[in-house]
Amino acid sequence: MRFGVVVFPGSNCDQDCFYVIRDRLAQPVRYIWHKDKRIADYDCIILPGGFSYGDYLRAGAIARFSPIMKPIIDFAHKGGAVLGICNGFQILLEAGLLPGAMLRNDNIHFICKYVYTRVENDSTIFTNSCKKGQILKIPIAHNEGRYYIDENGYSRLKENKQIVLRYCSRQGVVSDEYNPNGAKGNIAGIVNERGNVLGMMPHPERSPEASLGSDDGIYLFDSIITWLRKVI
Amino acid sequence: MIKPHVYHSLGLCDQEYQSIVDILGREPSNTELAMFSVEWSEHCGYTRSRKWLKLLPKKGKYRNLLSEDSGGIIVDDLAVIFKMESHNHPSQVEPKQGAATGVGGIIRDIFTAGARPVASLNSLRFGQLTKPYNRYLLKGVVDGIQSYGNCLGVPTIGGEIYFDKSYNGNCLVNAMSIGIAKKDKVVRARAKGNGNAIIYAGASTGRDGIGGCSVLASKEFKEGEEKRPAVQIGDPFTEKCLIEATLEALNTGYVLGLKDMGAAGLTCCTSEMAQAGDSGMEIELERVPKKEKDMQAWELMMSESQERMLLCVEKGKEKTIKDIFAKWDLQASVIGRVTDDGRVRIKYKGNVVADIRARALTDSPIYDMPYKKPAYLDKLNKLDLSKIPLPQDCNKVLLKLLSSPSLCSKKWVYEQYDHMVQTNTVVLPGSDAAVIRLKGKNKAIAATTDCNSRYCYLNPYRGAQIAVAEAARNLVCSGAQPAAVTDCLNFGNPEKADRFWQFKNCVQGIARACRFLRLPVVSGNVSFYNESPKEAIYPTPTIGMIGIIDDVKLACTQYFKKEDDVVILLGLCRAELGGTEYLKIAHKKVRGDAPALDLRREQALQRATLEAIRKGLVSSAHDCSEGGLAVALAECCISDRENMVGAVIDGLTFNSRSDAVLFGESQSRVIISCEKKNVPKIKTIAAKSKVPFRVIGKTCAERLKISRRDKVIVDLPCQMMSTAWSDSLEKMIF
Amino acid sequence: MLEANVYVRLKKTITDPQGLAIKHALDSLDYKDIEQVRVGKVITLRLDTKDKKTATRQIDEMSKKVLANPIIEDYSFDIKGE
Repeated sequence: MRFGVVVFPGSNCDQDCFYVIRDRLAQPVRYIWHKDKRIADYDCIILPGGFSYGDYLRAGAIARFSPIMKPIIDFAHKGGAVLGICNGFQILLEAGLLPGAMLRNDNIHFICKYVYTRVENDSTIFTNSCKKGQILKIPIAHNEGRYYIDENGYSRLKENKQIVLRYCSRQGVVSDEYNPNGAKGNIAGIVNERGNVLGMMPHPERSPEASLGSDDGIYLFDSIITWLRKVI
Repeated sequence: MIKPHVYHSLGLCDQEYQSIVDILGREPSNTELAMFSVEWSEHCGYTRSRKWLKLLPKKGKYRNLLSEDSGGIIVDDLAVIFKMESHNHPSQVEPKQGAATGVGGIIRDIFTAGARPVASLNSLRFGQLTKPYNRYLLKGVVDGIQSYGNCLGVPTIGGEIYFDKSYNGNCLVNAMSIGIAKKDKVVRARAKGNGNAIIYAGASTGRDGIGGCSVLASKEFKEGEEKRPAVQIGDPFTEKCLIEATLEALNTGYVLGLKDMGAAGLTCCTSEMAQAGDSGMEIELERVPKKEKDMQAWELMMSESQERMLLCVEKGKEKTIKDIFAKWDLQASVIGRVTDDGRVRIKYKGNVVADIRARALTDSPIYDMPYKKPAYLDKLNKLDLSKIPLPQDCNKVLLKLLSSPSLCSKKWVYEQYDHMVQTNTVVLPGSDAAVIRLKGKNKAIAATTDCNSRYCYLNPYRGAQIAVAEAARNLVCSGAQPAAVTDCLNFGNPEKADRFWQFKNCVQGIARACRFLRLPVVSGNVSFYNESPKEAIYPTPTIGMIGIIDDVKLACTQYFKKEDDVVILLGLCRAELGGTEYLKIAHKKVRGDAPALDLRREQALQRATLEAIRKGLVSSAHDCSEGGLAVALAECCISDRENMVGAVIDGLTFNSRSDAVLFGESQSRVIISCEKKNVPKIKTIAAKSKVPFRVIGKTCAERLKISRRDKVIVDLPCQMMSTAWSDSLEKMIF
Repeated sequence: MLEANVYVRLKKTITDPQGLAIKHALDSLDYKDIEQVRVGKVITLRLDTKDKKTATRQIDEMSKKVLANPIIEDYSFDIKGE
């Protein structure tokens, strides 16, 4: 089982993801450089958070054209597990691996805080260690996290059970009051139709142990490991 | 022949100009004159402050590490490097870019020492929020800090924000950064070894910020836009790549010296690196990457374009280093060589445009500035308490204090800062001190910034001591042993004797408190001329301090944890109200003397508090500061918004008047909560250090209730206090 | 040498919180007749060519592909010079 963490210029959560996988979960992990044109035999690829290329044009818009994205798109099309966190989610949207787009937070500020998210689908690669309706306390830290998709697209997401995480209250209530950024339908994370690519705005790598405020992020990584053990 | 008005406009006086002619044995070239003018300015050369800065102690409990541009301490096998710097004037003109480049500059000082930046803090001062320009400044500065720091992936974990009319027309933006390196990987800012390469790395050089350091930092300030061209623009993306490339380059072992091009850019870098390495340097300006065409030599030497630095690299290894920068899409070019003649020689288009002994540039003159106690102070220090009416309704006063701009929660600000990236932040913003763990170790670092400038205005010597004492107390409350200090000294025009008197007394106060508490001042910065045409700012010697927590599991926070804990006050409530927030907010008075401070008692209090925390006896610990005991107790109740805990306080057996007990700001006090069974042990610890100990109440559900002599004087639901405290800043600025 | 300005703005159906904030500020400064404010960006390109036709095609292509995100943004552009 091998994890790869992609490093774009401006990625800044690459080392945090790496640390959790290597030091907390004791799994083999390597960095993948954005200029590489090929990828080795990875089982799960993580696109970490940060500000790739400064997010100067639009979050994720330039990183999406990095040489490494071509083999990553191939990897995803073959069913490989891809997790995009925050900026990684934005890159997946720009690359068309996930539907929809990201807009500026509705309060036009960067927001960094712990939020609660509700697991809407517990049968994905990324959530099989959770129970449907389980509430995960995981921090967000972003400027552009207002997920947008048109009504047709939103219906399709619901039909296909592609919505994986929604922002909610501590008790699990999903409503505008507990929507930190104005995301459509309180969406915090979605998968593609095939279910092997997850994009999420909250940072599971930032909640890997109670001393940092929560260890709920581990559920997602554990799910991936459980799934990989079955398939490889 | 250079005309006097030319060197005058560069900030040099006749005598200084004569010295330059004597040193060179001839008239200086334009480039040389420009170089002298910046190196001999207060900003780079500390000409006016240096005499007094020598008083600051350099030794403490931990082994220290003093470098050219930063300093730190050694903790086990690690070097903890940190420094605070001001970016006041640029922020007053263009708040977003001013603050952003302030953050960028201080972080460069950290990673050019070989340390990975792990945390930032900010100490900010603005004028009254009722003025639209001050609201614009606050929003702009916060935006600048968030945009730069968040992009870099360096968490902004703490700091402070105060508002006072003395900052109308001159805000303060003091940025602090902390970095960690293996202690044998720390690198100095020097050039060594004849023939070694001088490599320029990072962004190109443009006309931005030309003269910024002498023009922006040394003229009294008038609001207006005409200074905009001198403001530098920050590019955090380039800086993020610079951090990674630099740390990778340092890992090769071929980089012998490294320096950020900050104020006065190439001038500072060439002369100071040569001087620090006891060598000389020859530079070809044609090889410097340029943003604009037809730049003059002096412009290239003075430019303050951001995100650039200079490296001294072992001869023959130039390509290895250049390749690393190329990997990160950064340019790096060899622009010169180290020489052994001690001279800085600058060539441009085939001519030698400057040829100066490095030491002549860096040995700036020291001035003995006259000082005099301000006439108004004696009168101001008098406060007749009998003429201050007792408040009718203490609930109202407490709510008013909790919602006042300086005391209210700064959640609106710190939620815009990424304070969690790097996954080390164990105590999040909103407690006495922020705490970051050191991965792979039990130890953690606590950090804080502090300064009550109103105390410093009323009594500079004692006010500065209090700033040191309070910073240390904040660290102790988080379970840390205070370890070392960086200071950022913000004052008015040093040529005015009363301002300089404030400066001198504050430095003496810091020196005395640091010596007593065995805290070295390892780095720092001086910012003078913080004045608007109307008035000078309050003297603001901001203290940045770090402390070491031996066992991260014992890191302590300020908020009550659960009901039925015992609430203890260590320390005394004296009958003093001078300089308090209460006097200002409730009685519209800034008067009296700063609170009394006995360093011996302070030290004892800190020793006892730390011992109790380290023995695991304490559930929470909170320093009493602005707003006094009542505000501190309220904060204990409400600062964990998801788990608010009330308290019944009935043991305030002090004789002073009720407002002094509730809102007085007596020093050397800490509120502790603990389980009942631990009370005797804490009492013994306090007695051992002769620290006044009082059980003042216990925690309970929902309300804060304070009574004295069987009369309830405060009774408020936590929810109401929380609303007043946490939502008010946002309300004031929109 | 040609100079092109590419204008990128949010689609009309999408809420623009920045625009709303600016409108709010203008309202508070007593500019009462403002019905709506929308924020966009201008990207200026300088092209070393005189061939307007090819440039038009290229700019249209790069706008679709990189400069704007067609899911949320509209774009337009003009070309000056010869």
